[in-house]
Amino acid sequence: MNLFALIFAYLKARPLNTLLNILLLSLGIAMITILLLFSNQLQQKIADNTKGIDLVVGAKGSPLQLILCNVFHIDFPTGNIKLQEADRLAKHRLVKNAIPMALGDSYQNYRIVGTTHAYTELYKGELASGDLWLADMEVTIGATVARMLNLKLGDTFASAHGLSEAGHAHEEHPFVVKGILKPTFSVLDNLILTNVSSIWLVHEHNEDEHEIIKPDSLHASVLVPTAFASDSTRELTALLLKYRNPIAAIQLPRYINSQTNMQAASPSFEAARLFSILGVGIDALTGFAYVLIFISALSIFIALYNSLKERKYDLAIMRSMGASRSKLLWATQLEGVVLTFCGSVLGVALGHVVLFLFTTLVTESQTAGVNAFVFYVEELYLLMGSVVLGIICSLIPSWQAYRTDIHKVLAGN
Amino acid sequence: MIRTRSLLFRYNSEKEIAFTDLDITSGDQFLLLGESGSGKTTLLHLLGGLLKNQKGTIEVNGTSITNLSEHELDRFRGKHYGFIFQRNHLLAALTVEQNLLMAPYLAGLNQDKARVEEVLEQLGIAEQKKRRIQELSLGQAQRVAIARAVLNKPSVILADEPTSALDDKNCDRVSELLVSVAQQNQATLIIATHDQRLKNRIHNLIQL
Repeated sequence: MNLFALIFAYLKARPLNTLLNILLLSLGIAMITILLLFSNQLQQKIADNTKGIDLVVGAKGSPLQLILCNVFHIDFPTGNIKLQEADRLAKHRLVKNAIPMALGDSYQNYRIVGTTHAYTELYKGELASGDLWLADMEVTIGATVARMLNLKLGDTFASAHGLSEAGHAHEEHPFVVKGILKPTFSVLDNLILTNVSSIWLVHEHNEDEHEIIKPDSLHASVLVPTAFASDSTRELTALLLKYRNPIAAIQLPRYINSQTNMQAASPSFEAARLFSILGVGIDALTGFAYVLIFISALSIFIALYNSLKERKYDLAIMRSMGASRSKLLWATQLEGVVLTFCGSVLGVALGHVVLFLFTTLVTESQTAGVNAFVFYVEELYLLMGSVVLGIICSLIPSWQAYRTDIHKVLAGN
Repeated sequence: MIRTRSLLFRYNSEKEIAFTDLDITSGDQFLLLGESGSGKTTLLHLLGGLLKNQKGTIEVNGTSITNLSEHELDRFRGKHYGFIFQRNHLLAALTVEQNLLMAPYLAGLNQDKARVEEVLEQLGIAEQKKRRIQELSLGQAQRVAIARAVLNKPSVILADEPTSALDDKNCDRVSELLVSVAQQNQATLIIATHDQRLKNRIHNLIQL
């Protein structure tokens, strides 16, 4: 016999009560674990996806929408901007480099993005097979797209207008898969990349098969070399900018917002704003989880307190057999700690399992890229906290055990 | 050997009991008789170190237990005494064997399973070893309590009304076992009781 065997026997002697207490606590802990995994990974994702993008310039509208659409590829575009204007901005002395973004089409819910190779470099995209797109109508696809749609090199597909499946198909202009990227764990995985002119091509209604005149280098757009810088018909969805120096952070957004027809939005600022909105929900859920934990702690306390009353003879007889006061105190403390520790271990495991089920069963969550099997140091703090909780729950009961008056109990009065 | 001198216990400002001096040699068997309220249990608890704050001295096996600290007394009890009470006070969450192993565990002694086997054999309940306490009859449970009391080979066995809850047949059985087991272990046996049935078996009386 030892203390653990004794405690285990006591817990096993009232299985329903023990189960209830462990389950109750594990629910609260599981909730906190899920929130922790979710918000940490979301924050990490946001940080990864906004890295290297100082400013997003697009049509006027909601700045949050602009960021969601062009950085995270969740929302719809705010509208289009003129290539002419975008080009002028790209040549601005405070801009280090500019990446054009032309959105508007999708294939099976995955977005087709007209851009330059600089965009893949931004997310350190590497080729798993094939090449990056070069000519019009060539695409390089992200790892998730390739996997989910089962696309291989040389496959062709017709894009759909709009960013959802219901759009009208552009069957006369099929895309061909030229390359597949390795997973980058960024938005790149969920995108189909091509050049800007392919997007234009798809949307041109070939009423007048006009001859394509390539501009010479002097007149070419810096963003889309195949277009004239002066072409006033061409449009883009947005520009991703990188500042040349810190002064740009102060001057450039103000200049764009007040002097042009476009708007500038900072991804890090908007992401922080988005997260603070989400944060309210996360805080509310966390609060609820703590209420659950508090109730379970109360339940454990009551269970220990009541069982101590039933066990007063056990305690007295153990004292008569040579157990010291402090041994009984530790036994009671340990019982509380074993309960809370089991509850929190189960809770953390439950949190990961629930998240795993969620990410495998709900396909939308896969694009969010939340991984259920990432472990954070905070989970270790949860386990340690549960030990403290167990000690707190069993403070009063263990003090009762400590103070057991063996003579009174055994004399039966 | 147990020796008490001018033992006096004060319950409250009005009631106190003075006990006659005792000199009990090792291996003796005594019945502690008296009406309820005469202080049988009090004396037994004083002798067993379960109750303190008395006047006078108690010496057990050469140790003056009245001078021991709480913690020292706990250890002393574990090594030198075996207790049996009117109710068996077995730990219901544990099996028979686990209950018995608690005795050496709590006394800080070696947990010898062969000794458990031996004692259960002596008391005729070896086949109950793996059973839970709730599954035992009253008589069986009391025998398990006796087994637990003698397991550590204590020099003193103190029993408080061990038979008063039992019918004649079980009373006879339990008292016989108590006496023989105490003899086998060369322990001093003191039984506090008002159960007159025990007088047939133990003839040394201490009347309170």
